[in-house]
Amino acid sequence: MAIEDDVLVIGGGLAGTTAALAAAQRDVQVRLVSAKQSTLRHASGLIDVLGYTPDGDGPLVDPFAALEELPDGHPYERVGGEAVREALAFFDGVAGEAYAGSHTDANALVPTHGGTVKPTARYPVATAAGLASDDRDTVLVGFETLPDFEAPLAASHLEAAGAPFAARGVTVRFPGIVRDDAKITRYAHLLDRDEAVATATGESTAREALAETVRGHLEDETRVGFPAILGDDHADEVRADLADRLGVDVFEVPMGPPSLPGMRLEDMLYDALEDAGVRVTTGVPVVDYESAVDGTDADGSERIDRVVVDRNGADVPHRADQYVLATGGLVGKGVESERQRVFEPIFDCHVPHPTDRYDWFVDDVFGEHPYAQFGLPVDRELRPLDADDEPEFSNLRAAGAVLGGYDFAAEKSGSGVSLATGYVAGQRAGTEAGR
Amino acid sequence: MARDTEVLVLGGGSTGCGIVRDLAMRGLDVTLVERGTLTDGTTGRMHGLLHSGGRYAVSDQASATECIEENEILREIAGHCVEPTGGLFVQRPEDSDDYFQEKLEGCRECGIPARVLSGREAREVEPHLAGDVKRAIEVPDGAVDPFRLCVANAIDAENHGARVETHAEVIDLLRDGDEIYGVEVRHDSGPGKRTHETPGTTEEITADYVVNATGAWAGQIGAMADLEVEVRPSKGVMTIMNVRQVDTVINRCRPKGDADIVVPHETTAILGTTDEEVSDPDDYPEEGWEVDQMIDTLSELVPILSEARTIRSFWGVRPLYEPPGTGTQDPTDITRDFFLLDHADRDGVSGMASIVGGKLTTYRAMAEEISDHVCEKLGVTAACATADEPLPGSENIETLEAGMDDFGLRSPVARRSKQRLGSRASEVLETDDANPVICQCEGVTRAEIQDAISQSGSDLNAVRIRTRASMGNCQGGFCCQNMANELHPTYDEETVRASLDELFQERWKGERHALWGEQLSQAMLNYALHATTMNRDRDPASAAGDVDFTAFDGGQSSGEEAETARGGR
Repeated sequence: MAIEDDVLVIGGGLAGTTAALAAAQRDVQVRLVSAKQSTLRHASGLIDVLGYTPDGDGPLVDPFAALEELPDGHPYERVGGEAVREALAFFDGVAGEAYAGSHTDANALVPTHGGTVKPTARYPVATAAGLASDDRDTVLVGFETLPDFEAPLAASHLEAAGAPFAARGVTVRFPGIVRDDAKITRYAHLLDRDEAVATATGESTAREALAETVRGHLEDETRVGFPAILGDDHADEVRADLADRLGVDVFEVPMGPPSLPGMRLEDMLYDALEDAGVRVTTGVPVVDYESAVDGTDADGSERIDRVVVDRNGADVPHRADQYVLATGGLVGKGVESERQRVFEPIFDCHVPHPTDRYDWFVDDVFGEHPYAQFGLPVDRELRPLDADDEPEFSNLRAAGAVLGGYDFAAEKSGSGVSLATGYVAGQRAGTEAGR
Repeated sequence: MARDTEVLVLGGGSTGCGIVRDLAMRGLDVTLVERGTLTDGTTGRMHGLLHSGGRYAVSDQASATECIEENEILREIAGHCVEPTGGLFVQRPEDSDDYFQEKLEGCRECGIPARVLSGREAREVEPHLAGDVKRAIEVPDGAVDPFRLCVANAIDAENHGARVETHAEVIDLLRDGDEIYGVEVRHDSGPGKRTHETPGTTEEITADYVVNATGAWAGQIGAMADLEVEVRPSKGVMTIMNVRQVDTVINRCRPKGDADIVVPHETTAILGTTDEEVSDPDDYPEEGWEVDQMIDTLSELVPILSEARTIRSFWGVRPLYEPPGTGTQDPTDITRDFFLLDHADRDGVSGMASIVGGKLTTYRAMAEEISDHVCEKLGVTAACATADEPLPGSENIETLEAGMDDFGLRSPVARRSKQRLGSRASEVLETDDANPVICQCEGVTRAEIQDAISQSGSDLNAVRIRTRASMGNCQGGFCCQNMANELHPTYDEETVRASLDELFQERWKGERHALWGEQLSQAMLNYALHATTMNRDRDPASAAGDVDFTAFDGGQSSGEEAETARGGR
């Protein structure tokens, strides 16, 4: 006996959820299993497609124009430029009002918490009023108890980067936060629930007290940026309320982990999975697989019959017709390493890497690191390839950061690759399983 | 002619810091110059072992006796820099019984308290010891924080009127005939305390007497005045584990060999080391097999090390020295004793002595002997008081413990902060301002970072060694940026950016040697956070050329347009 589905997606990040949603567009039964919280909570919530070429040219105004020039083996080259556009449109459909940027092919430049700007293709609406390519003068507001965002420093950094507007930063005390090391979700929930807080002039609500604190710092700027803590479940309402009270546009500056925009994106994707009828099991790692009894397909390649899921120590087999591997890269542990080797832990798919560990990196911390490109090579169907360039399995596709051959951090291409390859892998798996 | 200073000490390692404190306490006018930050050379690159002397109890009993004496003194005067972990000399089945016996007798001959434990007893002390460990000798080894120790010496020297000048590289010795009378230094903005001297400027500092305490670099200094100081630099690798696999110092009980010690250090354990002569103390190969060899060999004592997570590796250079003509081939055979080379006696050039050899545990005794020598040269009769006067921060521990509850910090943070700050804890931590944790791995708060910045300026690496911020599992991935934020607004944006880049690169340098398993995942995460989210690798503020902001998406002026755009798809 096994749990039976048509398509089984392994991994619950951006690539896995996109693959499951794309597969579910066909008339097939889809299940997604993920081992743990996805790395989305580390991510900024921005959807980058391509900010820089592999040679470092950029920031690119038009990421799509540059897609045609990518080297063989790059995940975008594997799926083709048209698929990238389709995947992005698919994401726009899922995101609805929550994300902006679809009105143009041009990248946006978004200020992030260090004060740098980065090119990205889609951004949460919470960030929309803060674009660095918008020339309105800006006030950034930081909080004494939130050391991740030093607003006056970020403002100077924006000016050093050549942003076409005047930026000022102020640091204030967040009303209602008494602990010096409150978690960022505490700030968000205070605003979500608009809790009563004590202020110098008596009791107030969190949003009013925050607006009151910031109001005196405004001069003639027409937009105010906060670190990305403005609400969780009711972020739009919190932002609109603050904007009303202050009479200016309000936006969020994306931050490092834990990241509320990343968590909101995750929630949005899991809501979409539920709506699409995808069965989701989280907190369970896939630990092994079994080949089909007859071993191989007509084309001679091996076929996966079932995978083994570890549920609190019990081995539970899951069987599907088609599988998508979207377990992430080195960060998500879809790619692992030991002192002597780099490997893919579930199916032991081929991961090309230098044999000497000292050839995995270069000396400059931001240099061209081979480790940053560790992952699976795939064919144009996104099937992982073995050392002889033959598909490892006939019914396995891979998507997202588990893929090799690109440096998402340098290119700013991580979410775009996850969307495009997740979309293509999911769609093909769904089609194949529905036959 | 009046000289700028009475004594000029070259080198800001443990020896130099010890000397400058000793002489300043004796009332002399002293200046110390260091080309980098304090501890930049050998001192900051050791495994942090406070020797009981057990290590030398067979081969070098004079050193062993001196070690146990100094070990006891440092526990008294620098309690906040020392963790009295205790240590074990562990015998495996293949290790010699005779040597074990010699070690035990040697310890007793040198006055080192030593007790034999059976294998079972040793495993009760250290559960991760290999199951076939035969027996062990227990000795009073400890862990010492060389950074805190040097800084405490330097602060006390300054309190006694000394000038301590970091980022001042000696570019020439001033020599007039047969007399050395000072140095020329070049000041660097470097990463250092940028409020010091103007970067790029040079300064001649004249002195009645010069002490060359530059250790492995002593030969290079000597050469500036045509003096030969035949120091033999020898490199050793150390690997930092992410947790303390052991709580006592674990030594292998055999005559000699590489990779025979594990030192618990704060939240980590440090594996050491190798011993290989190099020609240039600034440029030598750092090889991966050295790391592997150390893990493999030490796993024979503590098997879980083979699967454990390492967070970085680093290499240090010992300033080994032996008198000319000894001709020892193997650097592990060269004595760890120190030598005072009086260039007047030796070379007929007055005004300078060089100090070479030695080890951190006996730094104070070395400093005392050299200071005696200097005082004799200058006709000063003041006696040494460094063995009796506590270093700043080590007094009043009880008062502190009572006061810690008031700081509003959760206890682990308070406890660890107190250990780092010693008696200065209340001064630093009693603040009305918000005091969030800046470094989560090591529990370092804003007040401590600010205190360190007030001592060391914009040099985040100096802040790091004072506080341990960025030295935990994440190796700065999550906290470098926040540490840099603390520099603003005292320092401008450009300075902050440069300091951050420098710290981040420094953290990477050691982490490269731990790049597999969990730590490779961590490295990828750090890289992703800094490059993806913050675009620090291609920051337009640092890149050449301007960005044409107007060509990029400027957003939409109203929600209506957004509707239209979506509807049109």
